[in-house]
Parts: sequence; structure tokens; C-alpha cells
Amino acid sequence: MFQLLYNFTGDAIISTIVVALIPLTIILIYALFAIWLERKVSAHMQDRLGPMRTGWHGWLQTIADMIKMIQKEDTIAAEADKKLFNIAPVLVFTGSFAAYAAIPFSSALIGSEIEVGLFYIVAISSLVVAGILMAGWASNNKYSLLGAMRSAAQIVSYEIPTALVVLTMVMYTGTFSLAKISEMQTAYFWNWNIFGGPEFGITKFLLIPFMIVAALIMFISTLAEVNRTPFDIPEAESELVAGYFTEYSGMKWGMFMLAEYANMLAVSAVVSILFFGGYQSPFGYLGNLFNIKWLIPFEQIFWFLLKGLILVFVQMWLRWTLPRLRVDQLMTVCWKYLIPYAVANLIFVGIISLL
Amino acid sequence: MALKTETMILNMGPQHPSTHGVLRLELELEGELIKNVKPHIGYLHRCFEKHAEAMTYPQVIPYTDRMDYLASMYNNFGYVLAVEKLLGIQVPERVEYIRVIMGELQRIASHLVAIGTYGLDIGAFTPFLYCFRDREKILSLFEMTCGARLLYNYMWVGGLSHDIHPDFVRLTKEFIKSFRPTIDELNNLLSYNKIFIERTANIGVLPLETAINYGVTGPVLRGSGLAFDLRKNEPYSIYDRFDFDIPVGKGLMGTVGDCWDRYYVRVQEMEQSLRIIEQAIDQIPDGDVQAAIPKRIKPPKGTVYFRVENPRGELGYFIISDGSPNPFRVKVRAPSFVNLEVLGELCKGHLVADVIAILGSIDIVLGEVDR
Repeated sequence: MFQLLYNFTGDAIISTIVVALIPLTIILIYALFAIWLERKVSAHMQDRLGPMRTGWHGWLQTIADMIKMIQKEDTIAAEADKKLFNIAPVLVFTGSFAAYAAIPFSSALIGSEIEVGLFYIVAISSLVVAGILMAGWASNNKYSLLGAMRSAAQIVSYEIPTALVVLTMVMYTGTFSLAKISEMQTAYFWNWNIFGGPEFGITKFLLIPFMIVAALIMFISTLAEVNRTPFDIPEAESELVAGYFTEYSGMKWGMFMLAEYANMLAVSAVVSILFFGGYQSPFGYLGNLFNIKWLIPFEQIFWFLLKGLILVFVQMWLRWTLPRLRVDQLMTVCWKYLIPYAVANLIFVGIISLL
Repeated sequence: MALKTETMILNMGPQHPSTHGVLRLELELEGELIKNVKPHIGYLHRCFEKHAEAMTYPQVIPYTDRMDYLASMYNNFGYVLAVEKLLGIQVPERVEYIRVIMGELQRIASHLVAIGTYGLDIGAFTPFLYCFRDREKILSLFEMTCGARLLYNYMWVGGLSHDIHPDFVRLTKEFIKSFRPTIDELNNLLSYNKIFIERTANIGVLPLETAINYGVTGPVLRGSGLAFDLRKNEPYSIYDRFDFDIPVGKGLMGTVGDCWDRYYVRVQEMEQSLRIIEQAIDQIPDGDVQAAIPKRIKPPKGTVYFRVENPRGELGYFIISDGSPNPFRVKVRAPSFVNLEVLGELCKGHLVADVIAILGSIDIVLGEVDR
């Protein structure tokens, strides 16, 4: 993408800014949509209608809320650590936004085509922990502190199964680059990694169960990393009021909110790239069929967002169905179940790949 | 070398999403582990008992509504029965039947709130709204009957404020028919959910002996395994005419007397209440809804203690009459108040998240605790 723009404009700075702005715009629009979607999904699951008054089925509601949020007074508690308090939401938002730099929306639209994309995402999303800890500590509120501590413990723990699954997939595909992983699973849906990858043979069928286990582990642990139910312990509404962002108001609170939804899509995107073909169409492209080459990248963006949104929907579905785990049970799930299974999976996939 | 550590005091409430009102809990924490719990009450004290002394007997009824505001009907029920016992009057059959039906509908409505908010405390939002959807139907029935949806002032000394609506019987039957499947739905969604069981089974175990020592009653006591229900053990009104069971905690998912048992007793009690209503609804006799009593109620000198099985436990009214139109003293034995005392005992050694689970399973209403 950068190269394309650079050739066109001949100016490195402008190209960089444009390349950086595209994902940001997509995320902001997506976040507005996702918040509306969450409201509608939860409402219909609960026998309600949700927002109905602002626009068609209330689609303008989130925009109205954003306008309200920007106008709101930005309160800072008297005893709070002002510097940390102000930096924390920015850091959390940056952490989740920066992950998009390496995510390929289509074969043509990648913020930065780095070779170690997966590694970068795992690393950059850890930045969020620092932000959350800062928010919890700076608020000078016991609920916030408890929430931040829980969050730090949770995110750090769940990074291990995530990293193990990522390792499995890196070992299997032989690359860290998200674009290359997506490219491998081209053409049809039976080439997706969850169906044993593109190579046809006995190993493909042997791999399927292990890939499904890997995908499940990945999905569960990313769910925990973005603090969604049943792992929403850091912001456990009924215990800790709102966890680490109890003291926040106005747009700073809005940034946590945006970060949460941005994170949801980011992890869904990673799961879909690793297992569900990323931006690849499951049925081939219309562009190939009618021989219109420029159509393909747009189709890819469509498929990418569709897959991401389906996984986001699953996250919402779980949130409005399941109760919340307790903090020690959360750790049990991670250390006693996910990590051993992830390690075993890693070994088996390794053996099968060698066959 | 041991590091010097301090315990942290966390004030939970009076403004907190899940203290069910304005309860303040002073938690002494070591990390997330509870060392000690001190409940502080009184934020909602309205001097009900003192007010009652300045009112005539019928004027006290609206105040009883406001104690356990989730079971107003039953508070009326207990109070009018106490005054009627003091007066020594008999109410018409029709009144008795309608009172029982209303009382049991109120029990279902109250348990629905208890179950729904309990799900909410554990983190499941959806069952809460399902429960409120069905409670809405009961409230509509009440509204149709007496015009009010929360504080009814429906049962009067010697009768009722209004007769039932002509459609009431049909609509109640429809409600029963539509509500039975919802209980199954609720069970599938919440009661038998693995995470829910993990969160509630073996948590806050209340041994029967402790329960009796603290004097807890209602679903909390029955959750500990004792089939004690005043409707059965000391039948008042016309409860002896109906066939129903007393659900008790059996420790299906963990130990007898844990949070899950207390929760599940409430679910089963809703089914039993449906059974009572089904039996009563077909037998409502014709007649008047007001006994012939003097306009000015002046009971003879004396005292009376009358207790009924409120959705939360034993609700007792102790009334002293000095022969004047105003009661000399009205003392209420509020089940939530007594049940709350056991909280400290239950919470020790659990985590912060469990305090919420335990408090929710006791199901207090602060309006009644503070009165």
C-alpha cells in the first residue's frame, strides 16, 4: 500500500500518513457500527428492541452518544495521579489501534507489510496491559486498582496459550507474515488452515482435529485478552462497578470503549487470518469470473470484514449468554487446561507436519 | 524475610451495583480474599414502626407495602391477618381465595426478581430481562385488579380494596400456561449452566445448625435442607386446602446449603406457587369481598403475634392494642433483616466475587431490612 502511494505521490510523509489514516477510519466506522450491533444483538436476545428512535432502527444512536460524550465534562478525581490518568486511555487506544498496522485487510491494503507481523501483534497488544495498570493505579480508587490487578494477571496469563497457538501456526506455515499466511489459504474454503491447509493429502485430514483445537484455544484466550464475557473479570460490573475505568468520564471513557471494540475486531482478524483464510474468499472471486482485476481487493475487504464481524458477533453472543467466571477459575482455565492442550497441540502438529 | 503486608478495607456500597439497595459492606481484604465482613445498615430507615403508632389500623397498610417492596401483597397479607386475629373476625371465603392467589402470584414475582438479579450478580445479563418480562405479566394482573403495580394497598382489614376483574381468572390461567415453559428456559440458560454452577456450588455453605442458630427462614433455611414453611407447618388463611410440596436444598451440584441450593429452592418454589394458584383459581366462590366490620376499627386490648411465609421468610407482626383506634406498638420481624445477619459467617475465606454471589443468594430487600 505504502509503495503504491509512494509511487503515486512521491512523498514518503504524505504516503505514511494516508496509510496510517485508512485503518483508523475503518476502525472508527467499525466501532460505531459494532457498538450499535452490540446493542441490537443484546436487545434481540433479551426480547427487547434496543435503540429504535434515532434513525432507521436506531443506527444513529452511537453517533449521538459520541457527540454527547465529547461534550461531557472531563472529570479527574482530586486524588488521582493526573499525568498517568491522562496518558492511560491514550496508551490503551494506541495499543489496540497499532495492532491494525500489520493486519492485511486485503492483498493490496496492508498498513505495513512487515515480515514479523504476528510477532508484532502479540507484542503491541501487550501495551494495553500497561495502560490498564496505569489507569487502575492513577484513579486512586480501590475498585480500579483491583480491576487493574486482575486485568494484568489475566492478560499476561492468557498471552501464553495465544503465543503457543501462534507458534503452532508459525511452525506449520513457516512464516510470521500475516499477508503470506492469508495468501497460502487461497482459492476455496477447503484450503483454509482450519480444514488442514492448502496441501492435499493424508496430512490434511490428520491435521483437521488439531487445527480445530488450536482455533478454539486461540479464540478462548483472545476472548480473555480483550476482557469479554465470560472473562470480563477486570471490569466485572457487579463486583468492581466498572473496574479500571470506574473513575473515567467523557471522551477518555469513550477511548476505553473504542479500544475495547477495536480490540475485538483485531483479535477476530488474527483468528480469521490464522484459521479462516483471512481476506480470502471461500468461493473464488467475482473479479476472476468476469475478468475485472481491480474488483478483487474490494471483494477481499468485504470477506475480511465479514469474517471478522462474524467472530465479533460470536463474542457478543457469548457475552449475552454466559455468566462470568471467578478470578481463580479464570486462572485455572488458563494454566490447567488451555496451556497443556496448546503445548500438546503444538507437538502433534509438529509431528504431523513432518510426515 | 517476611514482607510487611496490610489488609485493605474496601467499602462496598451504599452506592454499588449489586448490594441490592443501599447496604454498605465493610470488607477487610487480603488481596482478593475476605478476612472480615461488616454489614452497615440503616441508610433506608423510615421509622415504619414509629409511624404506625400514630396511624389508625387501616392506615398502616400502605406503610407495610413499602417494607418489602418486591412483595407488597404479602406484607399486606400478614398485617391484615394479624389485625383480623386481634379483632377476631372471619373474612368471606372469596376473600381468602383471592388473597392466596394474589400472595402466590406475588411470591412468583418476587422470586423472579431474586433469580434475575442473582444472574446479574454472577454476570449473566440476559436471564434478568427474561425474568422481568414475566414479572411484567404478573404486575399487569395486579394492575388490572387494584390499579397499582408495585405498592398495592390491596388487602384491607376484613376484605379487599377491589373485587377481581372479570377477565382475571382467564388471564391468570393464560399466564400459568405461558410461564411453565419459561421456568425450563431459565433452568437451561442459567441454573444448569456450567459457569453458573462453578460460581455458586460449594460457595457460601450454610450448615443447618448455623442457619437455625441465626434464626434464618425462608428459602435460605430451606436451602440448608430443612423443610420448614409456615404455609405447611402452621397453615394460615386457607393454605391447608392446597396440595403443594416444600422444596429443600439437596446439594445437587455441591454441598447442601450452598448458594446454588438457595437459588434452586426459589426456582422450585415458583413451580409450587403455580400449583397452588391452579388449584385455587377454579374454586373461587361467589360473594362479597368485604366482611361486615365497623367503619372505625377499635380492637380490644391485647397483643397478637402473627407470622406468615413471605417470599423471603418468616414475616411476623407483633401488635399491641390499648383499645384505641391506633395501635400502641407494631413490631415487625423482617425476614431479610434476620437473614442478612448470617452474611459475615458465610463470607469468611471467600473471594470478593463470592461476596456478591452470597449476598445475592440471601436475597435481601433493604426496604425491609431498615424499615
